[in-house]
Amino acid sequence: MEQAQETLLREFEEKIECGFAIEPKDKMPAGYRKHLIRQMSQHAHSEVIGMQPEGNWVTRAPSLRAKQILLAKIQDEGGHGLYLYSAAETLGVSRDELIEQLHTGKAKYSNIFNYPTLSWADIGAIGWLVDGAAIVNQVSLQRTSYGPYSRAMVRICKEESFHQRQGYEIMAKMMAGTADQKAMAQDAMNRWWWPSLMMFGPHDSDSPHTGDAFRWKIKRHSNDELRQKFIDKTVQQAEVIGLTIPDKDLKWNEAKQCYDHGEINWEEFYRVIGGDGPCNKQRMEHHIRVHNEGAWVREAAEAYRAKQQYSKNA
Amino acid sequence: MTQQQALYNYALRLGDNSLILSARLSEWCSNAPFLEEDLALTNMALDLIGRAQAMLKYAGEVEGKGRTEDDLAYRRGERDYYNHLIMELPNGDFAYTMVRQLFVSTYELFFFEELQKSTDATLAAIAAKTLKEVKYHHLHAKDWVIRLGDGTAESNARVQKAVNALWMYTGEMFEMDHADTMLLKEGIAVNTDNLKLGWIQMVTQILALANIDLPADGYMQTGGRKGIHTEYLGHILSEMQYLQRAYPDATW
Repeated sequence: MEQAQETLLREFEEKIECGFAIEPKDKMPAGYRKHLIRQMSQHAHSEVIGMQPEGNWVTRAPSLRAKQILLAKIQDEGGHGLYLYSAAETLGVSRDELIEQLHTGKAKYSNIFNYPTLSWADIGAIGWLVDGAAIVNQVSLQRTSYGPYSRAMVRICKEESFHQRQGYEIMAKMMAGTADQKAMAQDAMNRWWWPSLMMFGPHDSDSPHTGDAFRWKIKRHSNDELRQKFIDKTVQQAEVIGLTIPDKDLKWNEAKQCYDHGEINWEEFYRVIGGDGPCNKQRMEHHIRVHNEGAWVREAAEAYRAKQQYSKNA
Repeated sequence: MTQQQALYNYALRLGDNSLILSARLSEWCSNAPFLEEDLALTNMALDLIGRAQAMLKYAGEVEGKGRTEDDLAYRRGERDYYNHLIMELPNGDFAYTMVRQLFVSTYELFFFEELQKSTDATLAAIAAKTLKEVKYHHLHAKDWVIRLGDGTAESNARVQKAVNALWMYTGEMFEMDHADTMLLKEGIAVNTDNLKLGWIQMVTQILALANIDLPADGYMQTGGRKGIHTEYLGHILSEMQYLQRAYPDATW
């Protein structure tokens, strides 16, 4: 039995090694399945929880166009949540179970959404920095080894790059505006920069999941590599519109041809993951409340469907 | 009242109706009973913002004072808003929102069908585009009202409660004032008197399928056309207009 398991694992890893995609009906080790369910559901939950901080500004968007763009963006995020839940379902877990795991705290979502959106500039900062950071990660995941996940990523990346440009446009407009607008934009930059860098996770030396994920090609680049890529593309974008990166240690490293950056506050990172971020409780309470308030609607839809089915069969 | 003023009022009112209902529907964002419905409600809100944009832009052009659609949306007080009261009522529960949508979309189905024949080319073009969207809104609301009405005892009771509460706000949609009659003569406006029968027949039929009783005829609330609103509109506007009012020199 043990030998059969070992053969299975060896064959699986050879397949991965040769660059084949794994599809839902293929044999896969339990650890691979488990890792993917964890990662994909975390990703799906992040898209959905991320609707809350942005939704916070829907009723206050400052122009009809701004409101349209914001609503359409949030709708895209919800849509990404849907693809990802569906992709995760191909691994034999239901959306109800995944939501249950979110509510009991067994499943996580991106830490970044535990920060509040305090001004309109935060909507720009989320699009530009948060989606910008997410894209770096997602571009890399387009080549992840699990077929449904990789295909979902291809579609998601296209939409995310729009969001990033739209977020940048908000920031650029504000930086070209009044003194109040400039101050709002810089304040948003100051508050979102470091949490955005934290989105890539701990330094490679401290990341507990790195081993298997790399061997199975779920993950193709390390946290630090991706973080560096994000910093390098973003610094110049900030400079172009006159925003200052809130890091006094940030400087161009000629030898390495990339930016060196200051120390990330890992204490804050672990505190927010641990549940003591500014909005952890509100985000989860909101999701649970809305889910419970909608229970009667889902029950009614199910009762109606059953009645229709019954009268069809009768 | 000149014809120009009447046309300005007419376009403005149509713009206000879509703008205020879109404001309410967009409040469902991240609050719907499940994800697919969150997206559907946002879609309707987006359609309505698009329509508001087109109508208010046209109103601004007709007025001829250089006001843009954003000026009209973000710099007018509640006494200068002319939407029907039903648009501004708080969302209530999902049944309430869907019943409101059914009442409004059924009306709009008949209204925009007629308006696309308007002699005013701009209104006719906006109406033709709108009609396509309204057909979806109507179908969505109708399906939900039937599903909820014929679902569980709880969902049936919620729909009945919503129908009873919203009924007195439906009469206003058919009101006509001086601007309407003036534009009607030119073939620009819709004679809403002619829409009543079709509306009541369709609504009655759908509510019957949903096992919902039609309320008895009673007093119909009014005021929107004169800028006399419920207490709710001021709050919608204070949120919506906050940035434009707080930073009047800024562009966004």
